[in-house]
Amino acid sequence: MYDAGKVILGIVVFLALVTFPLWYNLAGEVSVAAPELEKAEGSQCVQDAEWMRGHHMDLLDDWRDEVVRDGERYFVGPDGQRMEKSLSNTCLSCHVNKDKFCDRCHNYMSVDPYCWDCHVIPKEVM
Amino acid sequence: MNLFFSLVVIAVLIALPWLLVGAAGLDYLFGVIVPYVALAVFVVGLIMRVLQWARLPVPFRTPTTCGQQKSLPWIKPSRLENPHSTLGVIGRMLLEVLFFRSLFRNTRSELRDSSRLTYFADKWLWAGGLAFHWAFLIVVARHFRFFLEPVPWCVSVMEGLDSFFQVGLPIIYLTDVIIIAALTYLFFRRIINPRLRYISLAADYFPLLLLLGIAVSGVWMRYFDKTDIVGIKELTMGLVTLSPVVPEGISALFFVHLFLVSALLIYFPFSKLVHAGGVFFSPTRNLANNNRVKRHINPWDYPVKVHTYEEYEDEFRDVMKAAEMPLEKE
Repeated sequence: MYDAGKVILGIVVFLALVTFPLWYNLAGEVSVAAPELEKAEGSQCVQDAEWMRGHHMDLLDDWRDEVVRDGERYFVGPDGQRMEKSLSNTCLSCHVNKDKFCDRCHNYMSVDPYCWDCHVIPKEVM
Repeated sequence: MNLFFSLVVIAVLIALPWLLVGAAGLDYLFGVIVPYVALAVFVVGLIMRVLQWARLPVPFRTPTTCGQQKSLPWIKPSRLENPHSTLGVIGRMLLEVLFFRSLFRNTRSELRDSSRLTYFADKWLWAGGLAFHWAFLIVVARHFRFFLEPVPWCVSVMEGLDSFFQVGLPIIYLTDVIIIAALTYLFFRRIINPRLRYISLAADYFPLLLLLGIAVSGVWMRYFDKTDIVGIKELTMGLVTLSPVVPEGISALFFVHLFLVSALLIYFPFSKLVHAGGVFFSPTRNLANNNRVKRHINPWDYPVKVHTYEEYEDEFRDVMKAAEMPLEKE
């Protein structure tokens, strides 16, 4: 083999890059399982959990546009219940701890939603 | 025909996981076994390819002179385009790998005014290629949020910059737009230009369509048909920590995405895509043009009997002198 030193160095760098996640996660010694979410206080969400898992951001986005642009402040849930379209007042009235509900998955997935640029977290006000 | 063949292969690659995931036990096949096999083929295949290249001797420098060679001290050499030192070679390699310097020189020839052959600069291929490669690199780096826990700050910063304009929700990544635009251009470039279409093989269409399939399935999953990404991260974290699990509730679209990526990894070492490693073995790029400074000996040379000019002059001195030819030594 010619230029063995350089070639082997290149291969070592390549292997280090490919196996990097393994070393990183082993060194971190943190649980790699999905985070546990705090149980909601209410009994009925505005949509079923399966749908909410993937699409809650769509719902919040639609709510924001409908409330802010069209002034439609109320929403009829699947069980016919009339609810206010409000992140702080409706969502967080059942999911009382932002840091034990929203943040757990968002941190796990490195998602940084800009909800809290405007909204205040109810607990922080109290 | 080449295009048709590639389209059929891509369709099969999409249909397989789409139809089979959900059938008994096949989630584990598509979620765990196929990705592991693909990664093993990719790593071993690429290393084998590299070792194969490293076994070939490159005894002579092949200078492709794109600038002034190192010469007399008062002539300014072109250190990057025609390097004579290791540092210059590193500079040329960086320009090549990061900015595709030699493709930047791309020209096109066309018959103009019916018979006049004209050459002109053609930067579109360079621009499309560069856009695709950089976007792909950033997209791959962004995916490390699925493979690392906790997610390192540099990945978050990259995501923040990539979603800089905060358009839409989930926020649209600029690289998602760029990679699809670039791949679409590179694909239609081969189809629209008749001469290019004539020389295009299945091996040219297939990687473009495969990458396009990966990008579109990923974008589709992020912006349109959303799925439970926390479950996906459980799966990917299981894969990279060698304790695989397949959680419930992951959509078939994710398995399509993962299967296409696996196909790319398997295809990579055996196709033109290995230029990723091959670029580092390009003799016209990675060797200094110092043939006139340093003697490079062919490793398989046998001793050649040489007759130097001094010996030649010694042999014919009298005859040359008689013919009044100039002599180095009297």
